[in-house]
Amino acid sequence: MADINEVKQPDFNSVQGDGVLPVKEESLLVQSLKEYFESKTAAIGLIILTVMIVVALLAPYISPQNPYDLMSIDIMDSKLEPGSKTMDESTTFVLGTDSQGRDMLSSILYGLRISLGVGVLSTVIALIIGSIIGLWASFIGGRTDSFIMRVVDLQLSFPAILVALILLAVLGKGIDKIILSLVIVQWAYYARAIRSNVLVERRKEYVEAAKCLGLPQRRIMFGHVLPNCTPELIVISTVKVAGAIALEATLSFLGLGMPITEPSLGLLIANGYKYMQSGYYWISFYPGVALLILIVSINLVGDRLRDVLNPRLKK
Amino acid sequence: MSNELLDIKKLETFFYTRAGIAKAVNGISLSVDKGEIVGIVGESGSGKSVTGFSIMGLVDPPGEIAGGSIKFKGEEIIGQTEEEWRSFRGAKVSMIFQDPMMTLNPVLRIDTQMIEAIRAHEKVSKKEARRRCVETLAMVGIPSPAERIKSYPHQFSGGMRQRVAIAIGLLNKPDLIIADEPTTALDVTIQGQILSEMQTLCRKTGMALIWITHDLTVIAGLAHKVAVMYAGKIIESGNVQEVLDEPLHPYTHGLIGSVPSRNKRGQPLYQIPGMTPSLINIPEGCSFRMRCPHADEICMKEPDETISDNGRMVRCHHPL
Amino acid sequence: MLAFLIRRISQSVMVLLVMSVLVFVGVFYIGNPIDILIAPDATPAEYARAVKELGLDKPMLDQYWIFLKDAVHGDLGNSFVYNEPALKLILQRMPATMELAVTAMLMAVFIGIPLGMLAGIKHDTMLGRSIMRFSILGFSLPTFWVGLMFIILFSVQLGWLPSGGRGTTVELLGVPVSFLTWDGIQHLILPAMNLALFKTSLAIRLSRAGVQENLQMDYVKFAKAKGLSNTRIIGLHVMKNIMIPVITVLGMEFGGLIAFAVVTETIFSWPGMGKLVIDSIGVLDRPVIVAYLLITVTMFIIINLLVDIIYSILDPRVRLGDHN
Repeated sequence: MADINEVKQPDFNSVQGDGVLPVKEESLLVQSLKEYFESKTAAIGLIILTVMIVVALLAPYISPQNPYDLMSIDIMDSKLEPGSKTMDESTTFVLGTDSQGRDMLSSILYGLRISLGVGVLSTVIALIIGSIIGLWASFIGGRTDSFIMRVVDLQLSFPAILVALILLAVLGKGIDKIILSLVIVQWAYYARAIRSNVLVERRKEYVEAAKCLGLPQRRIMFGHVLPNCTPELIVISTVKVAGAIALEATLSFLGLGMPITEPSLGLLIANGYKYMQSGYYWISFYPGVALLILIVSINLVGDRLRDVLNPRLKK
Repeated sequence: MSNELLDIKKLETFFYTRAGIAKAVNGISLSVDKGEIVGIVGESGSGKSVTGFSIMGLVDPPGEIAGGSIKFKGEEIIGQTEEEWRSFRGAKVSMIFQDPMMTLNPVLRIDTQMIEAIRAHEKVSKKEARRRCVETLAMVGIPSPAERIKSYPHQFSGGMRQRVAIAIGLLNKPDLIIADEPTTALDVTIQGQILSEMQTLCRKTGMALIWITHDLTVIAGLAHKVAVMYAGKIIESGNVQEVLDEPLHPYTHGLIGSVPSRNKRGQPLYQIPGMTPSLINIPEGCSFRMRCPHADEICMKEPDETISDNGRMVRCHHPL
Repeated sequence: MLAFLIRRISQSVMVLLVMSVLVFVGVFYIGNPIDILIAPDATPAEYARAVKELGLDKPMLDQYWIFLKDAVHGDLGNSFVYNEPALKLILQRMPATMELAVTAMLMAVFIGIPLGMLAGIKHDTMLGRSIMRFSILGFSLPTFWVGLMFIILFSVQLGWLPSGGRGTTVELLGVPVSFLTWDGIQHLILPAMNLALFKTSLAIRLSRAGVQENLQMDYVKFAKAKGLSNTRIIGLHVMKNIMIPVITVLGMEFGGLIAFAVVTETIFSWPGMGKLVIDSIGVLDRPVIVAYLLITVTMFIIINLLVDIIYSILDPRVRLGDHN
């Protein structure tokens, strides 16, 4: 009776559930990718994000000017409108120049590099640390577990910006310090996500089966449970990268984050802020647009990933 | 003819899913007389609940009524305007759902949920509406209804909640109640109580009842008429006693055989082999042929309805 | 209920103590405030006197002990900069921040929830999708940049609204407020909108998800079967069900508004505690930073407690006590 398929109750919407029809067997990755690209907005988001990452990586090779090479900038070119040219008409400042005469486009490309770098690096470190702590806590259980989770809950009950503010007030400025703060702000999310997943996964049959096979618990955790949490971790960390980039920009804007020598997009915006009221809007505006596009495209990708990966999680 | 309350003809309710069209109700005809109790029996996925929702105009997208007619007191109700449907539901026909834990709004008090049901159809004062609610609660066997009406659903047991839901269904004295497996989620003892109360209520008020269930034993003591559904079609219908005593369709026969109480002690239970087919690819011909012990070449052709003199209907090439 | 309150309050005191230690130890290591406060050409004697006056020569533990003893008496030390009690400075600026945060929260509730419900009901239409796009944008836009754009657009270009300050205030129960004068309202609009943007997006998402989830529930179908109108089903049945989680989450987020006010206040020169603390971090005014943090943490604890209580009132199924 292999040709008779199981039928679900057709009441309400259950009929549209997957599995009513035999779906052609495709790998999960191909299926997920196909599903991802069904949304045009998400596809555009992914393309823009890819372009931005490439541009950020190649900044030193493609930007018209090295904005931190004092030799290449001329104070005479300061506060030029977008589209202006240098005195000798050799270069065009597509997005204008800042108060020092730096080409805004070049500054933005370098700033993008720093913003993206800080965001991704801090998220990855937080992801690793948070996952290890989360796994370790649920592995040990008992008091250590409940203590760690108390700390996690306590920290998460405070807004990220407040925690970061305290940390940076204590630590001072610097790229290492801001990464450290962003890691401390983020790790708790991953620890909690991992732990709640482990609690669910643990009860599932395959873990029972692995236990019956006599596999050591560590092996079960890292070899079996962790891979099953991966889709959710991917979704969380995508969204958190955007959050980290925005937070770093905000802190830098408040004068708490990056040092002036390593201007991220946030710091570029802050630098232009004081000239804005006098009408030199572009010094602040374009870095802001770059930041905005970066964050929106990451969020679009993250949103779609959540939709695509979540049904798999539920199964 | 004047005694006829509901007349369903060739009703089709399809669900247009991504995987294909699921023919949940595939051309059924059924009539219900005033004060009559009709049982609709079938396995999960046979389309029995969707039949109920179709009568109520509550088929949610992607489902829709694709064809046929439903006449209530001689008037066509398919194609009514939204407002006509609204004033029809709850006033002329009520419906009670399967899970009493889910049907009552958890954050509203019982009185709110009852009074609004009256005031959706009649302009009466809240006080008068409340009086009627308390009365109806007493009728379905809720002790000290005047106080209990101020409770929230979670303060009631499952059986009591189902009584509240039934009371809500009765509030506007409808001509017909559709009960969609209302006792499946309850304990057997509570189930018995509710069954006998429903029977008494119908007798007292002259209300008709469609009782949807997968459980033949429930129907046996309750209904006058039974319709057995399989894969979106009624495959057999008729007087309850006759159908249960002498089933004509092999599927009905199988269903009866798989009820424990109807078997002799020590005899193995009968099982219908296989599973119900997918509503998206219903096999050609008789939809039961894959599982039928009597199936042969001719079953590749869809059987027609055969109606005998006493109103028995069967859809089978090889009636027993 | 009483047991619940006692347990929660004792937990809160513990949290406050832990925070005070963390904050004190942390802040203790920030650079040396003396360098900023006294003239660079001060003699070593003058320097030593300043250190002694500020109590910076004592061991850290003693400083903490003094700090804690004073804190219990409501004395969080004098600001190095203003030479006034830090607590007083913070409390003076608190009404401005609260006014801003409350206005922003009201905007989020009264704009976000209806829009979100609309997006949930009409999720397949242009309108529904546009609302969701707006909320994605609201989530993505960094608050500070939006604030700058508001200033460029509404103050510099259009000249409709002022770009900074609180405007004319009047006293309400002894507290200066802006929202009772026209000038004050004009000053309030931009910063409040700015601060509200993120939470409005959050409210939209929460209520949309809530509507979509609840519309699938049996109780909605049953309500339809009773013959209720869609207006009543959405406006009462669904609304009451989604309000519970939405209000709870937004309540929890109120603390976030107060924290994020730091950014908005800086941009719009709004004279609240956020701006004060950013200025104080800049000049390492230790007592003010500590006072700000302790006050904010206390407020958070109170807010969370209130939200829990409100939650139990809203949701008949929750009894305080078995909760938590």
